[in-house]
Amino acid sequence: MLIARVIGELVATQKHASHEGRKLLLVQPLNLDGTDRGDAVVALDAVDAGVGDKVLLVTEGYCAMTSVGRPNSPIDMAVIGFIDHIELVHGVA
Amino acid sequence: MYFGRVVGSVWATVKHPGMTGCRMLVVQPLTPELQNTGKQLICTDCTGAGAGELVYWVRGIEASFPFRPLQLPVDTTVVGIVDEVHVQRTAAAPAEPAAKQPAPVHRKSRKS
Amino acid sequence: MILARVVGTVVATRKDPRLEGKKLLILKPVSPDGKDESGYVVSVDTVGSGVGERVIAAAGSSARMAEGCKDAPVDNAIVGIVDEVHLD
Repeated sequence: MLIARVIGELVATQKHASHEGRKLLLVQPLNLDGTDRGDAVVALDAVDAGVGDKVLLVTEGYCAMTSVGRPNSPIDMAVIGFIDHIELVHGVA
Repeated sequence: MYFGRVVGSVWATVKHPGMTGCRMLVVQPLTPELQNTGKQLICTDCTGAGAGELVYWVRGIEASFPFRPLQLPVDTTVVGIVDEVHVQRTAAAPAEPAAKQPAPVHRKSRKS
Repeated sequence: MILARVVGTVVATRKDPRLEGKKLLILKPVSPDGKDESGYVVSVDTVGSGVGERVIAAAGSSARMAEGCKDAPVDNAIVGIVDEVHLD
């Protein structure tokens, strides 16, 4: 799982049927220091996240499909939780 | 999933037998701000997307799922055509919390 | 599987119900000789590890073979605590 921030949403009418009824979020994976980690990705929303939220992003198919309740679907990323806070321990991190 | 734009298509007469009639698109990955990023790639298509359209595509074994029950040897498939993009990067919340001094609670490991 | 160091924790109250009660730790990959490698990953703890410890983490679908992770949306799990690494 990665730490990420929701930076936007996509609207798509013509899409695979398994994506219907779920928000398509643009999420930017983050490094531990809060900087961007690579390019933003598209993830289905399993927890009703919105722009600005810091979230847990799964990047593996099974996790993503089952968290939005759509097994055997072409879904490889999903937002599955809200991060309340992150604790990095001084001298260890 | 990843965001991109269809910039072309590929025809191949000789291909895996199950892929007959399967459209293949050249896709340029984009940032949410519509800047090119990374290399172009070939994706199969399950949406009917055409050149110039914004799309999102999926990578890995999941890319073959739209073609079930066929098991096609494909690893990237366009699964949606994007109508609108809403980006709001400035909504970023405060920076990460500073690293804290170790507190006893974090020392709770099997050693204790 | 990778060798990694536990460097922190993630607190997430609202999450997929199948993750309830699971400890989420931040891992930084390390090389066998102990040097930090780039990146990080948020992993589910299945062995009672803690911050500062060196651990073994399984990634991908194998992570769901870990204790208590069956059918949970887990793509990375800590499956062991490293006592020693011997390099020849």
